[in-house]
Order: sequence, then structure tokens, then C-alpha cells
Amino acid sequence: MTCLPAHTDKKLGLVIDLDTCVGCQACVTACKEWNTGGHMAPLTDIDPYGGNADGVWFNRVHSYEHTTEMGGRTVNFPRSCLHCEQPACVTVCPTGASYKRASDGIVLVDEDKCIGCKLCSWACPYGAREFDTDIGVMKKCTLCVDRIYNDNLAEEDRVPACVAACPTSARHFGDLGDPESAVSRLVVERSGVDLMPELGYRPTNKYLPPRAHTQRAASVPAPALEPVRAEGGFLGWVDRMLSN
Amino acid sequence: MHPAFSVVFFTTATGAGYGLLALLGVLAGQGFVPPDFWFGLVGMGLALGLILAGLLSSAGHLGRPERAWRAFSQWRSSWLSREGVASVATFVPAGLFAVGWVFLGRTDGWMAIAGLLAAIGAVVTVCTTGMIYASLKPIAQWHSRFTLPGYLIFSAMTGSVLLNALLQGFAIGSNTLLAVSVLLTLLGWGWKLATWRYNDRLEIPTTANTATGLAHGTVRSLEWPHTEENYLLKEMGFRIARKHKARLRQITQVLAFALPTLLLIAAFALPWPYAAVLSALAAIVQFAGMLVERWLFFAEAKHTVTLYYGR
Repeated sequence: MTCLPAHTDKKLGLVIDLDTCVGCQACVTACKEWNTGGHMAPLTDIDPYGGNADGVWFNRVHSYEHTTEMGGRTVNFPRSCLHCEQPACVTVCPTGASYKRASDGIVLVDEDKCIGCKLCSWACPYGAREFDTDIGVMKKCTLCVDRIYNDNLAEEDRVPACVAACPTSARHFGDLGDPESAVSRLVVERSGVDLMPELGYRPTNKYLPPRAHTQRAASVPAPALEPVRAEGGFLGWVDRMLSN
Repeated sequence: MHPAFSVVFFTTATGAGYGLLALLGVLAGQGFVPPDFWFGLVGMGLALGLILAGLLSSAGHLGRPERAWRAFSQWRSSWLSREGVASVATFVPAGLFAVGWVFLGRTDGWMAIAGLLAAIGAVVTVCTTGMIYASLKPIAQWHSRFTLPGYLIFSAMTGSVLLNALLQGFAIGSNTLLAVSVLLTLLGWGWKLATWRYNDRLEIPTTANTATGLAHGTVRSLEWPHTEENYLLKEMGFRIARKHKARLRQITQVLAFALPTLLLIAAFALPWPYAAVLSALAAIVQFAGMLVERWLFFAEAKHTVTLYYGR
């Protein structure tokens, strides 16, 4: 059913820290590796070693130059499904293939019902959905629904593959519907933002903006080095004697 | 947005087909058009043929056309599903009306009611088509108050020009309908100009700043996540039309509005069969012009995802 649930028990999603993301693409490859064998498998590649490589990816990392009056800096920006609370990609679906789960708020596609009309990808402002031209259906991030509830994995591994792979802990996974959860507290602490809030999709995933620029040098200077020149006087004589 | 020919043809053909069906349903049902066998066969055949060809063309756009029947299920939330339901439902009264007219030689009584229902179904279907585009927030040029009336006006315009060509062809042309088709063509022209004017001045609140959550200053794309064009750029990052926008708009205005208007006005002055030839030419030229218009409708539309790519 493509009507949206009035309420979801949880709002599972990601919090992405733009301050610490180094743009290493580890989350991108980890996502591809897991999901090409996961719920929406395969993530088809077309001409992967040729001049026109194309294929389905759920997570893409852009790099931007953000320039303000305080100066410029490079910001690496991972982009994936935000599992919105008002996902128009779901309501426009004519077949019921797209749905938002009432239990945890994850937005999924039932590949067996998708007719490949592509309207959902038009309705998503974030470019989260990619069409698999090989099998003619739409694909998207599953928030690793086949990892986060997977009893066969050790408990610490029950997080999305992108989160598990991030070497700088720029990606956090949790219940954003619970104000006491670690991710919710992080959003409050770091003033996390919604992407394109003016469109009213109410994304679950939040982005933590880079920390403010500073004009100061490092606040704690390195301790002064010990003088290496031999001192004179009595202490100098003791030093020389003991050094021999 | 990538102008897939199947969708461009679909919206243009069904627009004209439903316009013609609505006019035939009302006018023939109310006795303004004689229940002539050949006229009914050609008129209803053309209307239903355009609609069917358009619907088949849209099915060709699907990745899995064999599952198209599933698209009738989600009419509660989806305008595309509503369009599917409305288009199929319209075939019932339209089919009855066509059978009554062509095989029974009558367009009165229950046939008139079927004609009216077919006309209502046609209008509803065109509305649902317009709403598919008008409801998409990421595409500001479509998510505007111009889109839905535009679909209705262009449907009425192409339908009336087609009906005029048919009536003139059967030497039963009416000056009233000729005048109506000229007026609707001028209305369509004005509406298109107003739409372009609105789109050219559009100030879209969504920017690279709000798209990335990086407030203040400028956000410049430094590096894409991939070296080649991906699905998003092929489907939603189409740029050819923006390059040739001015020329394509001129072609649209000449073919869809200016030439048909001139041809139809000339048809007023000339006797049959010249008036019929000019009317048919007007319909053909306008259809070609509307294909360019619809191509531009897609190609000029800018999706918010292009902001992530600095386009």
C-alpha cells in the first residue's frame, strides 16, 4: 500500500557528520559489496571495465567547495536515501511496490511488484533511487534491513554496511524517533539539519554541518624544548660527570 | 528531465484523443453532429486510436510492461494509478457510444448518456495526467499552477482542431467549430507564453546550499562521485534543450499555434475541398508542434538532483 503509515514505531536512520567525513569512499564500496548480495541484489554494473561504466549504487559521495566570509573548505558529502517521513516516492508509486514500513520507517521497494515506470525517481528530490536497466526495476537503499535485524551477525555488526565501514565514525545509525537515543542527542548537540527542508519531505536522516571556522592558531602551544647546551657552574659539572 | 519519446508521444496523442472524444461525446450526443456511419467510424476510430496508441506507447516506457496491470491498484495515493484507472474506465462509455453510433446509427437516448460519460471520463483522465506532473515538488517548472490547466487547454485545442478537420473532410464543417478551434489555439498560445514567462522568472528556493545543508556562502561542486554519467544524470540531468531553448520555442510557436491559426482562418474564406485540406493540414502541423512543445516541457524541466552535480 503506497499510502503512508500515520505513525511509525521507530524512525531508523543515519546521522552523517560532514565535519569528519574524509571522502574516502569506504562507505560507498562497503554498501555496494553488501547490497549486491542483499535484499535488492544484484546492484547491476553495466560495462564496468569499459569507457562507459554505469551501474546501481545506493550511496554516492560528492565533494564540494564551501566558501563563506570565513574562508573556503572542502566538504565531502555522502548522499543516500534519507528514509523521509513524507516520502513522495512512495505515494506516487502506482503498483504498491514502494512502501514505508510502519515498524521502523524504512522505505523499501518490492522488486517483484515494480513495473519500472521511474516516477518514484522523479518524485525524490535527493536522487536516492537508481534504475536497474538490466532487470527493469527501481532500486534504493534498504538501510541494510538484512543486516540490522540479522541474528547471524554479531551484535556490533548489526548496523548498515556504510556505518560499519566508516573509518572516521562520520556515520551514525539509530532511532531518530527516540529523543534519548545517541543519534538524537548528537543531532541536538551539533545542530543537525534536514536537506531541502523547504520541500517538506521531512527526511529522517540528518546531516551535521562542519564545525565553525576559527581564526586562532592552535590554543595549546607545544611545550618548550629543554635547553641542550651544557650549563656552566656546579650543576654543569654534575651534568658532565654523570653524562660520561 | 530526459524527454523519452514514448512519454512525449503518449501525452500528446492521448491529449488530442481525449479532447476529440470529449467533443464527439458531447456534440454528437446532443445532436450537433449527424449520426453518420462513416463519420462515426472515422471520428471515434481516430479518438480511440490515438488514446490506445498513446497508452501502448506509455507501456513501452516501462521497465517491466508485463506487470502493467498492477498500476491500477494504488489509486488512493498515486496520480499515475488514477490515470490508469480513469483511462480504462473511460473506455466503457466510449466503447458503448462508438457501438451505438457506428453499428446502431444512433447517438440519442442512452447513447447520449454514454457520450456524456465518455466526455467526463476524458476530462478526468487528462486531469490525472496533468496532476502526475503538477504534483512533483522536485521539478519547479511542473509543480506550478500552469501545468494542470495547460494539459486541459492543449487537449481541448488539439481535439477541436482535429474535430474541425474531420467535419470539414466530410463536408459538414461548421463555422462555429472553426471559430472555436481558432480561439482555443490562440488560448493555448497565450497559455504557453505565460507558462514560459513564469518559468523564466522562477526563483527556486531550493539551492545547492539547502541541498547539502551547508548554510551561507557558495557551494561549488568539486568532484562527482563517478566519472561517467549515471542514471540520475541521464534521466534528470538532460541539458540539450536548454542550449537550443530559444530556437525550439520559436518552432513550437510556429507549428503548434501560428501556422494552424493562419490555416484555419484561411479555411473560413475558402470553399470545400480547399477548406478541408487546410483544416487537415492545420491538425497535422499542430500535432507536430505539440510534440515539440511536449519535448520542451520535459527537456526544460530542471530536477533538484542536478543541484548535487553543480548543473
